Amino acid sequence: MQELEAQQAETLGQINAAETAEAVEAIRVAALGKQGWVSALLKTLGGMTPEQRQSEGPRIHAAREAVTAAIAERKDALESAALEARLAAEKIDLTLPAPEAPKGSVHPVSQVMDELAEIFADMGFAVASGPEIEDDWHNFTALNMPETHPARAMHDTFYFPDRDAEGREMLLRTHTSPVQIRTMLSQGAPLRIIAPGRVYRSDSDATHTPMFHQVEGLVIDKGIHLGHLKWTLETFLKAFFERDDIVLRLRPSYFPFTEPSVEVDVGYTLVGGKRVLGGTEGWMELLGSGMVNRRVIEMGGLDPDEWQGFAFGVGVDRLAMLKYGMDDLRAFFDGDARWLQHYGFNALDVPTLSGGVGVRA
Amino acid sequence: MKFSLSWLKAYLDTDAAAERIADKLTSLGLEIEGVEDPSIALGAFKVARVLTAARHPDADKLQVLSVDVGGPEPLQVVCGAPNARAGMLGVLGLPGAVVPANGMELRKSAIRGVESNGMMCSTRELGLGEDHEGIIELPEDAPVGQSYADYHGSDPVFDVAITPNRPDCMGVYGIARDLAAAGLGTLKPIDVAHVDGSFPCPTPIRTEDPEGCPAFHGRVIRGVTNGESPDWLKARLESAGQRPISALVDITNYVMLGYGRPAHAYDLAQLQGAVVARRAADGEGVTALNGKHYVLDHEMTVIADEAGVHDVAGIMGGEHSGCSETTTDVLLEVAYFDPERIARTGRALVLTSDARARFERGVDPAFLDTGLDLLTALILEICGGEASEVIRAGVAPTAKKTVNYDPALAGRLGGVDVAEDEQRRILAALGFEAGADWTVTVPTWRGDVDGAPDIVEEVIRVHGLDAVPSTPLPRADGVARPTATPAQLLERRVRRAAASRGLNEAVTWSFLPVSQAEHFAEGNGGVWTLANPISEDMKAMRTSLLPGLLSAAQRNMDRGASSVRLFEVGRRYLRGPGGASDERMSIAVVLAGEKRASGWDQRLFGGKAAPFDAWDAKAEALALLAEAGAPVDNLMVMGEAGSQFHPGQSATLRLGPKNVLARFGMLHPASAKAFDLDGPVALAELFLDAIPAKKGTPGFAKPHFAPPALQAVTRDFAFLVPVDVAAGDLARAVKGADKTNIVAARVFDDFRGQGVPEGHKSLAIEVTLQPVEKSYKDEDLKAIADKIVVAAGKLGGELRA
Repeated sequence: MQELEAQQAETLGQINAAETAEAVEAIRVAALGKQGWVSALLKTLGGMTPEQRQSEGPRIHAAREAVTAAIAERKDALESAALEARLAAEKIDLTLPAPEAPKGSVHPVSQVMDELAEIFADMGFAVASGPEIEDDWHNFTALNMPETHPARAMHDTFYFPDRDAEGREMLLRTHTSPVQIRTMLSQGAPLRIIAPGRVYRSDSDATHTPMFHQVEGLVIDKGIHLGHLKWTLETFLKAFFERDDIVLRLRPSYFPFTEPSVEVDVGYTLVGGKRVLGGTEGWMELLGSGMVNRRVIEMGGLDPDEWQGFAFGVGVDRLAMLKYGMDDLRAFFDGDARWLQHYGFNALDVPTLSGGVGVRA
Repeated sequence: MKFSLSWLKAYLDTDAAAERIADKLTSLGLEIEGVEDPSIALGAFKVARVLTAARHPDADKLQVLSVDVGGPEPLQVVCGAPNARAGMLGVLGLPGAVVPANGMELRKSAIRGVESNGMMCSTRELGLGEDHEGIIELPEDAPVGQSYADYHGSDPVFDVAITPNRPDCMGVYGIARDLAAAGLGTLKPIDVAHVDGSFPCPTPIRTEDPEGCPAFHGRVIRGVTNGESPDWLKARLESAGQRPISALVDITNYVMLGYGRPAHAYDLAQLQGAVVARRAADGEGVTALNGKHYVLDHEMTVIADEAGVHDVAGIMGGEHSGCSETTTDVLLEVAYFDPERIARTGRALVLTSDARARFERGVDPAFLDTGLDLLTALILEICGGEASEVIRAGVAPTAKKTVNYDPALAGRLGGVDVAEDEQRRILAALGFEAGADWTVTVPTWRGDVDGAPDIVEEVIRVHGLDAVPSTPLPRADGVARPTATPAQLLERRVRRAAASRGLNEAVTWSFLPVSQAEHFAEGNGGVWTLANPISEDMKAMRTSLLPGLLSAAQRNMDRGASSVRLFEVGRRYLRGPGGASDERMSIAVVLAGEKRASGWDQRLFGGKAAPFDAWDAKAEALALLAEAGAPVDNLMVMGEAGSQFHPGQSATLRLGPKNVLARFGMLHPASAKAFDLDGPVALAELFLDAIPAKKGTPGFAKPHFAPPALQAVTRDFAFLVPVDVAAGDLARAVKGADKTNIVAARVFDDFRGQGVPEGHKSLAIEVTLQPVEKSYKDEDLKAIADKIVVAAGKLGGELRA
């Protein structure tokens, strides 16, 4: 039985020396295969006496187990060596740039309009709209600016040579106020709306562009007075700028479509030479507003003895500039991708009341 | 409107400081645009006496002065003024002083070799007026060495913006009245006596246009001397930014600026016969004081004599009959013109003037006599002469309006309760008369007031808008309701979808050059074109968002951008029924330059840069349509994207044959050239208005769904088809071959070349089959395959072996 030990030792030696999975497999076949020497020894057990079997059996089985275990171990070792070699070969330089996805952006005007809609929705205002190519009745006459009204001349209006079927002169709306008339006529009262959109004045210099954006606000109800206007504007501006120290100053003014008319200034503080809204160190003009003129309410098809309300109009581009720090209005309309990526907003920056309507830098 | 504090104090008895007055003016609605005190800049200028004056050794026109400014030694100053002479008193700027007129700092210097220690100044140099004939001459008692700022005295100038409803405040007197009402002093009554004429007015005056000129008062003053105005008058006009011209002209300007009452003075020697207010004859002309000739028509009122027109009524006088230095007899015109007529005439002639600004807003119709008295008194005082009797032609509309007012309205409309006594006080101070029953009579100078809300405005603006308390709007119960309309939600959604796809939102002008607008207009009945554009490049309203984006892309490429991905959400302007506009929402995308920069990874296009292609445009169009809620699975890809597109690389996406939801593809090379764009440009334009609206308001629950128990199987088919068969049509035919089992058909290969006959191509389609109740047996699959082959066969497709 010396033979068995010698053969086992030889086989184990071969297994340990085997360099490939194929070599290990050949050794396995030679030892444990049908024709293998371990299998041959196992077959001899059948012809043995019980005594012989009792002494030889465990030895042969031990040899089989030793060989089997050695093969499995060697296989594992070879496989992990192979895997390591493969992984080493697959090393890549991850400092190389990953494929780039282009970064899109939402224009500041759109973002601010979404913010306005969100804030005013909380105060019960819906968003209304109207045509930008208007007729002079909706843009002027119905707003208490008859043809010879001096305020008409102050509007720097763009005209079309066309007239509509009712003979009204066609023009580009000079303000969002015609939406007041259109909404009163179509929806009646009570009303709470804002109407953002493009407006046009034939005016172009460093701080004026022939096209800009305005948002109109209109409340028509019973018992609405100037105090409600003041509260609405204060509440809106505090929410928009996310500051509690916004202070408004109301000044009497004149607009044909409101009576009384009020110009609204907002207080600012100088921080490092720049004007920051809040406080009362200085005042800047922000918007025009007032109690809707009785004639305008009549033109809107409502009874001014029953309904009264307020209206205001404010520049959206200006609100965007004051909040987000742009200083050149003309850049808004240039489509410079560098500017759009810098001042534009991520698509996911959807204004919400819970998350704050503003996007912090 | 500019005026000095001293002018204001001529009408208002007040101790208030300039700052307080300025604040009060703003709070009254007379917005202060600035308060300037010209004397502040004069601190470094001193009252000086010229001791000696000698010829400059090397310059004929210069003198070398020895000047006493109160120091221990006189200073040597070189001066070029002709009136500089020994003994006179003037104003010396010392080295370091900044000349107000030009901002230059004075320095000790040598002028033609002679040392000069300062500058003797003219009125203009000190910013105190126009005079530059010589240096300032001060009276004998001026204290030598005193700062000229102190000597001259502080007289701040207010610059006030007057709203169009307040013609009464286009005169200093009206402003004084407002301030007095607000408690800043006492308004002085207008102190002028009527001068009875000593002879009948030699010139007949009539109004033949009672509509345009209801009243025309006038008189002649003969024997006047039209010289320079006195200093006080010049100073007031200069504070208002007006250049003094001559006493007669200055006096009419003074009454206009001081009392808001325009008037005109004619040189009687230039007039022939009666002076009449009448309509102009069509084609009649006049050369106005501004030197321009105006052709008039019968809608315009003029003042004319027997020879012709001398005045565009209420707007500007004629050059021919204006007063000059030689005028000795003058005809004064104080008239009332219809505001609308003035506005229309001024607009038609494109002629603005201080007089027009007042007449078209409405001057006080009851102020004609007082105005004429003021003019007469000033002319007699300053120019001498003798006044004729007054002719009053016509009658001004001086009837006073009344308003039924309820003092509770201050609270109901103005939001602030003001005591009735205080309301009465305010109204009385402003010239209103409130009766016991609160019937309020409106003063003649407040033509703008015609209703109770106007009275509220008067009360609360004087009471102070600061007193209006913030009052919350009533709030609806519960959480705020959604307010956005479906169109607004759609717009917001596609905007953010586009941005999330890597596109940058631009906002471009609504107007375009006509050529661009027309190039992109697809038969919409004519482009809207402005009558008065600010430039030819901004003349036509866009009918597509693409041209604006293409121009923006071109500007970006010119700035060196390698890749431009822009989009815009906005309106295109079409023509609607009844001559109205028809504005429709769209979103457009422009992709120019490189889709991908060259890179290190050879597996991606061999590492090369890749340009945008029509597939990129298609991908954007479909993705955005899907976000917009369009039924993208049912869309047909058809042609006719438009002549701006590459004819072989563009298409429309339609829902049914007529309803075009989008167009996309590559820009036509000719269009690219027109926009100065090099290289391929991919475009997409979605007509958001064409997407059918969902019917009703859908609920929140989605339709029921349970994943099928049986697994789907896929089978590949390859068909030989004629090259002109569209892959999409074949896929649609295949998908429609068995609607129960086939859930998808996807083209994954388009092969032409070896093994494929000429004029044909091989299209490979992966078909996905979803078993419903039991797994497919071989004969089931065979039957489906046969249907697919038949369907493909109808398009000329032949199954490849």
